[in-house]
Amino acid sequence: MGVAVELHEVSCQFGAVRAVDGVSLAIADGEFFALLGPSGSGKTTCLRLIGGFEAPTGGRIFLHGEDATDRPPYEREVNTVFQDYALFPHLSVLDNVAYGLRMKGMARAARRREAQGALDQVALGGLGDRHPGQLSGGQRQRVALARALVNRPRVLLLDEPLGALDLKLREQMQLELKGLHRRLGITFIYVTHDQGEALSMSDRVAVFNGGRVEQVDRPGELYARPRTAFVAGFVGAANVLTGEVARRIAGADHPVSIRPERIAFGAAADGELGVAGRVVDVQFHGATSRFEIDAGGVRFVVALANRDADPGRPGPGDAVELRWSRDAMVELGGDAP
Amino acid sequence: MTAAGAPADPGPRLRGRRPGDAASSFFHRRRRLTLWLLLAPPLVWFGVVFVGALLALVWQSAYTFNDFAMQVTPDLTLANYRALLGDTNRDIVLRTVAMASAVTVACGVIGFPIAYYMARYTRGASRGLFHVGVMLPMWASYIVKAYAWTMILSRGGIVYWVVDRIGLRGALDGLLTLPYVGGSSLSTSNLGRFLVFTYAWLPFMILPMAAAIERVPVRMLEASADLGARPWQTFRAVLLPLAFPGAVAGSIFTFSLTLGDYIIPQLVGPPGLYIGTMVNLQQGSVGNLPMAAAFTAVPIAIISIYLALARRLGAFDAL
Repeated sequence: MGVAVELHEVSCQFGAVRAVDGVSLAIADGEFFALLGPSGSGKTTCLRLIGGFEAPTGGRIFLHGEDATDRPPYEREVNTVFQDYALFPHLSVLDNVAYGLRMKGMARAARRREAQGALDQVALGGLGDRHPGQLSGGQRQRVALARALVNRPRVLLLDEPLGALDLKLREQMQLELKGLHRRLGITFIYVTHDQGEALSMSDRVAVFNGGRVEQVDRPGELYARPRTAFVAGFVGAANVLTGEVARRIAGADHPVSIRPERIAFGAAADGELGVAGRVVDVQFHGATSRFEIDAGGVRFVVALANRDADPGRPGPGDAVELRWSRDAMVELGGDAP
Repeated sequence: MTAAGAPADPGPRLRGRRPGDAASSFFHRRRRLTLWLLLAPPLVWFGVVFVGALLALVWQSAYTFNDFAMQVTPDLTLANYRALLGDTNRDIVLRTVAMASAVTVACGVIGFPIAYYMARYTRGASRGLFHVGVMLPMWASYIVKAYAWTMILSRGGIVYWVVDRIGLRGALDGLLTLPYVGGSSLSTSNLGRFLVFTYAWLPFMILPMAAAIERVPVRMLEASADLGARPWQTFRAVLLPLAFPGAVAGSIFTFSLTLGDYIIPQLVGPPGLYIGTMVNLQQGSVGNLPMAAAFTAVPIAIISIYLALARRLGAFDAL
């Protein structure tokens, strides 16, 4: 399997701000690859660099093995689904979808047929005559998708495509996007700040922080073995112990991370670690409950599954003991926050 | 309700309210009344001074003018409009419309790049500088500028001096021998009049165009490039259609300003009446107000047709 997109030591500077700072990535052909990070972490700039909307101030960008660093967007075999969809307001839905084919000089009848096919594919076959202003957010999102896919790109760039949709629609579109990716077999590069979305949809995830990539891994690995405190905290919840606290509580020289669901109440058995504290708050989250615990100035979060009846659960103010096994702790590199 | 005389206890929540509060509650509960009260003065102004006066003008264009008594009588007639179709008057209308069209096209062609640069590439101070630069000529007296142009374009003026220096005098003289365009000198030719009109109305084209281009999201242009459009394709297929309402707005200014102007045709260019000078003449010298009013109806009709055409072409689809 070839490499679809490769970034080699790519930097992008806006004035004094290094939006992307020495990023190297290799994204395989046909992969569903997520760029995950908080806002301002450089993930969207990275996508715009791949699309050709920004020029890197350093490094090279390769598309399917060819150096595309200096190629303008209209000479790249990638298409983008923009965050705000960027549909053309003066064109009908069908003409929006046919736009790319029109620019390539395809005859009117042929491009209308292709565009209609693409609209059918996203279940909007009957809305070709409408204008974008007459569509709902979810429908616009699909039009943007059809408009990109009709050009048969080898790489599809998606910039927080579901950000403007409500939760139900977002979950439905996540499933559809995954189905589409399976059917088409092309590379999807997906920018999101929603770690749940990134974990549930992608083959691999690159976690961005401050213009750099902290870790690239499969979702399961990312969750089970975060390499930095930032990744541990950003991907799922984590109890990160650093410095003196790590030494005192966990007996570790490095920062360590413990997932909230790996901690239980009760006295530590042999080979286990433990700490005593007091419950500060309990939050109900449906399938689980989260307990905030203060252990001598160190905050812990514990997550327990909610079953029908759990007698004897501690409430706010109760003194508790926490215990966890040694293999629940993941050693972290890098700077602790 | 309590008995008159004894002040009613307003209740604990309302105690301590100031007298003005009652009024704000009153208006708060009657939004529609508030709206109409605020709208009434401008609506009256608009209705009487704008629409009313215009209707009165159109109405009076059908009054009768007695040539011998030099008097206007309110007897309705179509004679004024029939007179508009007479050879002389038709020539005046055609001459004016041709000039207005040429000036509008020139303003569009010159104005677009300037507007584009202003909207896309200037920020903060440089944007302010451009706006002031575009508007500054409008702050100076328009008659002074028109007179200045007669000097600039006259024989012995700076344009002739420059043309002489770069050795193009022959070309200029040749240009001035052309029918319709030419004349004995630049300042008495239609070409000169065209230059002055274009100069005078250019800001009215640039400003609405710049506003329209500014409103086109950069994302649209990026999406177009993303879909494989080369820059000129993006310009033609996205930027131009989306900025077109601004160009139409600007062209309405340049077109109607030329149709109505009566200063520049008197100062620059060959003899020959324009709609504006004709209105001035009929009203000021002859006292034939109905004929002047009929002439005024011509630009109204032309602009209406123009707007209908622009609408049909889809100029306002993106609005």
